[in-house]
Amino acid sequence: MKRLPWSLIVGGTITAILIFAAIVSQFWTPVDPTAINIGNRLKGPGEGGILGSDHFGRDELSMIMAGAWVSLGIAFSAIAVGGLIGTVLGVVAASERGPFEALIMRVNDVLFAFPPVLSAILLAAILGGGPVTTIVAIALFMIPVFARVTRSAALQIWARDYILAARMSGKSSARITLEHVIPNIAAQIIVQIAIQTGLGILTEAGLSFLGLGIAPPTPSWGRMLADAQTYLTIAPHLVFVPGIAICTAVLGLNLLGDGLRDLTDPRRRQST
Amino acid sequence: MMLEIKDLKVGFQNEVGPATDVVHGISFSLGKGETLGIVGESGSGKSVLSLATIGLLPKTAKATGEILFNGEDILTMSERELCKLRGSRIGMIFQEPMTALNPAMKVGSQIAEALRLHSNISRADANAEALRLLEMVKIPDAKRKMHSYPHEMSGGQRQRVGIAIALSLKPDLLIADEPTTALDVTVQAEILDILDDLVTELGIALILISHDLGVIARIADRTLVMYRGNEMEQGETERVLRQPSHDYTRKLLSALPRRARAGLDVMAPTTLGDSV
Amino acid sequence: MSKKILEIIGLTREFGIGNSTMKAVDNVSLSLEKGQILGVVGESGSGKSTLARIVMALDKPTAGNVLFENEDIFALSASKLRRLRSNFQMIFQDPYGSLDPRHKISRIIAEPLHLEANAPRGKALRDRIGKLLEEVGLAAEDMDKYPHEFSGGQRQRVAIARALITKPKLIVADEATSALDLTVQAQILKLILEMRDTHGISVLFITHNIGVVDEICDSVAVMQSGKLVETGPVRQVLDNPRESYTKRLLSAEPTLDKIGRKKHQVSESPP
Repeated sequence: MKRLPWSLIVGGTITAILIFAAIVSQFWTPVDPTAINIGNRLKGPGEGGILGSDHFGRDELSMIMAGAWVSLGIAFSAIAVGGLIGTVLGVVAASERGPFEALIMRVNDVLFAFPPVLSAILLAAILGGGPVTTIVAIALFMIPVFARVTRSAALQIWARDYILAARMSGKSSARITLEHVIPNIAAQIIVQIAIQTGLGILTEAGLSFLGLGIAPPTPSWGRMLADAQTYLTIAPHLVFVPGIAICTAVLGLNLLGDGLRDLTDPRRRQST
Repeated sequence: MMLEIKDLKVGFQNEVGPATDVVHGISFSLGKGETLGIVGESGSGKSVLSLATIGLLPKTAKATGEILFNGEDILTMSERELCKLRGSRIGMIFQEPMTALNPAMKVGSQIAEALRLHSNISRADANAEALRLLEMVKIPDAKRKMHSYPHEMSGGQRQRVGIAIALSLKPDLLIADEPTTALDVTVQAEILDILDDLVTELGIALILISHDLGVIARIADRTLVMYRGNEMEQGETERVLRQPSHDYTRKLLSALPRRARAGLDVMAPTTLGDSV
Repeated sequence: MSKKILEIIGLTREFGIGNSTMKAVDNVSLSLEKGQILGVVGESGSGKSTLARIVMALDKPTAGNVLFENEDIFALSASKLRRLRSNFQMIFQDPYGSLDPRHKISRIIAEPLHLEANAPRGKALRDRIGKLLEEVGLAAEDMDKYPHEFSGGQRQRVAIARALITKPKLIVADEATSALDLTVQAQILKLILEMRDTHGISVLFITHNIGVVDEICDSVAVMQSGKLVETGPVRQVLDNPRESYTKRLLSAEPTLDKIGRKKHQVSESPP
């Protein structure tokens, strides 16, 4: 047995806890995360619930768990949409080359120039706020990220002799992409998914912080952080709890991505 | 003796289980103005042996035995002493010279830089010395080539620059690991000529590692035949090739294309791909 | 004339570099007879690999024709060319790059059958793959392994089995033994000769190694900078070369004729 990279173990554990908390929150939380309890306002950790309570007396732990569901849900949805479109564009660009490739990559450059916050503001003006707007804004940003990564990985595969062998047996570009290219770049795509999910969570938190994300009363890490600003001096735990949650989630997914890369990149493997 | 290797063993630690031994007790010695050819196929341990000789083994490797360079054991030297040694007394030539060259720097400046790093000479002197070195390795139009970038040169010219850099510090020992494998045969012949001249004229010692017995025959005074980390035989090149004492050497010779081994009339006729 | 399996007539391939063009292959004409091995020998930049790719219809010539059994392959419709493809196969230089690391050996070997209408399936296919593996010196059970489980020489045997599965009439071998150890090279050359003898396959053997040409080829073409320098039967070209470039190539090749370094005169002054 090969020893697993430590980053994979740590990152995988954090990510697993995060996903577990998010799923559990749909069935059970210590307290209803939206329940207001004015008598229990601004209690510190231990006094009112394990992680304390906010200015409406809502339980922080319950809100963090429910917020994990929202954060992960939005990040995964955005990756699913943006990653899929980007990956398809990337592999098609690599297999078709020529003007089509140039067109795809220039459109990507344009998309890349819009930070997700800016597109979210634009989209919010058109579609109104809410989860769909957030997902679309993040997905738009993911398209060029995935298109670039998959295109350069696919180009390397297209230069291999086994692709020539496949071409000689009369296989079409689409078929070669499905049979030879995608299986050989799958590991790189999975690594990207892990890392970009972390980025997606960060972006979602940023958008919620600015009030562009999901609407209250659904709990969201970014808005918890925004609300906490007012009470920074009297209840600092309200900043730390969601702040640490965001940091840990992003760190965990990045470590997971790094660990997966170490596991799959032959150049990093010990030589025999 | 300038270089004396005694019972060198190299093993690589594995994450789990026992270490993998790749060199099992190799000994040889080499004097000034001598050339040693090390021949072997992939997995013979010949490249690991050369890395050990310049103290460049990866951290996961463990070497035992002695590598005496002018009487000092390389295996017990600190990294600091090794750096000094590599920078001045031992030069290395690689299979793909591009890996040893800085792609963003003109070749003349690269050689001059190396010179100035290790000795206290003026920029003008360093440039003059760089030009002299390029002429020594017979780069055509050396004056103009001083201002070329590595990618503007052919593979053979880059290898000449690689040799010039290795020579810039006036080493006592030059280690060349498959220096002509990536080159065309006509260029290979020129590079071997240059190495031959350098050994004779500068009195340096040369270790040349190759999988090609033709190259070994051309340049090596003595030859060490390796297989899977073991010495098969060692001796005067003429003797090793004409009267091999080991079956593996005979197998290597018989695997050569007919044309290449035609000169060895003493060889019993063999057929293609005879198994051992 | 009908004995000719491959005829290359006035083949030219130009590549545009910026505003100028470079002729990678310059007006080359060659022919290969049935059951013969034609060596194309040259150094880097000689155009020999471009020539191989054009013969395999992986690239199109700027001018000239390639006749396969008297049919111009570049005049054929795409569907006819596709049908013709099973008649010619290729073996590549790098045995590590020519097999998809994610596919099992059986799938790799079966790939050229992709377009054959009545290709064997199921057990019949496995039987055929097993037989081919044994023919190239591997075991039938090897078909369920992955490429990384094999050495370079074994992978090259797999590549040869893949080339043989469509029962081709012509095989183009592009530096097929250059990346291998000498002893393995000798075995693969022997295998190629056996393929020719048992199946009557013609081989276009692209190489930089004259020793290998001497070993297995019937005729040889020497190329330099895209041009054909000299061509003829192997014995004639290698034993009595007419062109100076051929002579230079022959003399540059390291052999064991002379052993040892040039002896320098003591009086020779150092530079």
